[in-house]
Amino acid sequence: MKRLVSQFLWFVASGFLAAGPSWAAVDIQSWTAPSGARVFFVESHALPMVDVQVDFAAGGALDPADKAGVAALTRALLDGGAGALDEAAISDRLADLGARVGGGADDDRASVSLRTLSSAAQRDAAVDLLRTLLTEPTFPVAVVDRERARTLAGLKEAETRPDSIAARRFSAAIYGSHPYGNDPTQESVARITREDLVAFHQGHYRAPGASVTLVGDIDRGEAARIAQVLTAGLPTGEPPPPLAAPELPAESVIRVAHPSAQAHILAGMPVLARDDPDYFPLLVGNYVLGGGGFVSRLTHEVRERRGLAYSAYSYLHPAQVAGPFQIGLQTKASQADLALGVVNETVRGFLDKGPTAAEVAAAKSNIVNGFGLRLDSNRKILDYVAMIGFYRLPLDWLEVYPKAVPKVTGADIQDAFRRRIDPRHMVTVVVGGTEAQGDTPAPSAPK
Amino acid sequence: MATKQPTRRCGARGWLGIVLMAAGVAWANPYETTLGNGMKVIVKEDRRAPSVVHMVWYKVGAMDEVDGHSGVAHLLEHMMFKGTKKLGPGEFNRQVAAVGGRDNAFTSSDYTAYFQQVPPGELGRMMQLEADRMRNLRWSDEEFHKELEVVKEERRLRTEDKPQALVHEQLEASAFLAHPYRRPIIGWMTDLDAMRPADAWAWYRTWYAPNNATLVVVGDVDHRKVFEQAKREFGGLAPSVLPPRREIGEPEQRGRRESAVRAPAELPYVALAWHVPTVRNLADARDFFALQVLAAVLDGYDGARLNTRLVREQRLAVSAGAGYGGMARGASLFILDGTPTPGHTVAELETALRGEIARIRDQGITEAELARVKAQAMAAEVYKRDSLMGQAMEIGMLEMAGFSWRDEQRFLEGLRAVSAADVQAVAARFFAAEGMTVASLDPLPLAAAKPRAKGPAVRHGGGE
Repeated sequence: MKRLVSQFLWFVASGFLAAGPSWAAVDIQSWTAPSGARVFFVESHALPMVDVQVDFAAGGALDPADKAGVAALTRALLDGGAGALDEAAISDRLADLGARVGGGADDDRASVSLRTLSSAAQRDAAVDLLRTLLTEPTFPVAVVDRERARTLAGLKEAETRPDSIAARRFSAAIYGSHPYGNDPTQESVARITREDLVAFHQGHYRAPGASVTLVGDIDRGEAARIAQVLTAGLPTGEPPPPLAAPELPAESVIRVAHPSAQAHILAGMPVLARDDPDYFPLLVGNYVLGGGGFVSRLTHEVRERRGLAYSAYSYLHPAQVAGPFQIGLQTKASQADLALGVVNETVRGFLDKGPTAAEVAAAKSNIVNGFGLRLDSNRKILDYVAMIGFYRLPLDWLEVYPKAVPKVTGADIQDAFRRRIDPRHMVTVVVGGTEAQGDTPAPSAPK
Repeated sequence: MATKQPTRRCGARGWLGIVLMAAGVAWANPYETTLGNGMKVIVKEDRRAPSVVHMVWYKVGAMDEVDGHSGVAHLLEHMMFKGTKKLGPGEFNRQVAAVGGRDNAFTSSDYTAYFQQVPPGELGRMMQLEADRMRNLRWSDEEFHKELEVVKEERRLRTEDKPQALVHEQLEASAFLAHPYRRPIIGWMTDLDAMRPADAWAWYRTWYAPNNATLVVVGDVDHRKVFEQAKREFGGLAPSVLPPRREIGEPEQRGRRESAVRAPAELPYVALAWHVPTVRNLADARDFFALQVLAAVLDGYDGARLNTRLVREQRLAVSAGAGYGGMARGASLFILDGTPTPGHTVAELETALRGEIARIRDQGITEAELARVKAQAMAAEVYKRDSLMGQAMEIGMLEMAGFSWRDEQRFLEGLRAVSAADVQAVAARFFAAEGMTVASLDPLPLAAAKPRAKGPAVRHGGGE
């Protein structure tokens, strides 16, 4: 089967995973394991399988200031050797069991997930292997050296790609010296040693800070046993100090010359926390502006009306503190300024006049009616429940959500956007085209 | 905030997807019927959650295009959202969004498919929308020209600025001389430049008909009710006389073919391809199953041979992979690819990749490897049932390749029956040096790359 070319990127999913929920109430059982880990369990016997995810406050925001990349490398190397097993033995054992380990690290969290068949023999062996990875990683020097070299090669490659360059410049510009802006560089990764990984694991893969989420074909007793087995041997160190919110950046436009066919444009600023009081008005408003895929204003103006881009979007990524609001599009380099003008005009119009009543109704209708579709598989339920657990949201969040959305009004949206999406703090990055390298002063602030 | 992802490669490419597709248990479910106009309807009940996937698959894709018209299948897919006699441009998307759904479409070499995921009560409305645009498409030339620009931007995004995508485009254009898979699905930019509204209309009138379509519904539904709805909404559409399809072969390759792409990048990249069988008849598919296992032994899991030997042990590659589809309307390639570690060359990596095939040819694979591959396939059989979309995709892809959901069990049995000797035999048979096509990325330092108006330079040649 050959590759597919689809009509539209599914950025809506990423924007909304940030948010979503369900109709059929998800029954989340929750307790604290003897290890101190918080446990979240959804029982489902429809399929003979179990999904487990363990989340730690061990994301990139906790990287040592001069060693950005430690969190990601620590997470990536949990299966580079653990207990008495080398990486080959770990890979082979997982494959023999038909089990899969996934996860990764973002700015806030490091996640390790396991999918296994639920028959006792396979399940217990897979859980025991996961326990070994979590509690006894050995970070062999040879593996660390190799993976550091591969990471460096990947970073060098990324520095040639317009999309990566744009993302990196955007992140650095909106977060400045805040930990969210401390992305790995060749210099920072080159400094990382095995000892850094050992220390990071010891300091941040803590039982009391861990959340364990289980979904699938086990009963509560078994879930409790698994959660305790996985976390009993974890370190018990002190929790990290709370993360401060970033200062808002000054408005700026950053232009980077690049030989690419397309200019990659990003614009935005830090905005949304997981427990943000403006969460629902911003969510519904962003659907109208650029989160709603084909039916959003940005797609309409940039793509449908003018044929300027394949993808034009805005998303809000909720994080522990002030995750980004980001507008993005890619267009033929020669028309970058034209497209940017359309984006600015669209945002200005939205801030000035707010959404129409019809737009608000359509947004609420989609979000509320489509609620159940976001929780129609164990995998999706796992993602949401793990997020609720990690960010300590109320256990009834999935029930509150569809009740909160219909209450949002156009005035609420306009008010929240005007307060939170302030053009005086918007950073714009344009990578591509022939413009001279370097930052240029911002044009006078719209509105 | 850039998401900080570990840079290690996780899991396999290609193969597991095939296993997902190639394995299955026989149930009373799914259910199948054919409407009077020839449209096939397949329903799989999965009542776990109030959600349903609705897909219409047309058995027409890029392989049905002719030279000079590459990209028309995909462009028409875009135009299917531009209105009908009843609906204005974009109205289709708005109606799906209003009921809480999401929708999209995709075009491959072999087929074009449209789908919506909605609450079950909205299924009938989705059928009305699809039936309407199957027969009543309407849009202006102006809409066409705007959307053509969108598609060109899509090509720039997916191909022109993605060096590895350019390499794969070259690989297929070189490996196939006669077979239509030599043309890119999204189309050559020069063909897109020449595209006219009449080309898209001709495509639509020729291929969009109920007797060239398969309806697949998976989710919280009663199949009897879905059959009734389908009959009501699609049953009245008149069938078309479809053009005869000619099976296009590929002449035997008589020597190494090589091409290179020079584009802005840091690391080189190389892909190697050999012509291998496509599965046609499950009673005679031993090579197909053995090649599936070969791909999985090479790249089916983290500890598979290419990652273990070339990335982990020899440190010759930043990444290395193997891919074989084998289930398609057209011809198949077995592909090995990889990025050499800084300090190593594409030539070294090519030698090492071919060396792994030679090792299996000479020494075979172990029983442990074989058992591991089969264990993963059995587990995947369970995991795939967690996704409505995945289940609908599997049914549609089997249909488009000339098989049926009824064949799922036979695919699984075929895989189970593979022996180590079978794998050694295909490694010996299909990987001759004179049948190989190579495409590589020759990195152009960013400082040397001038912003350009046209596509990147492409060098093309035979031999070294």
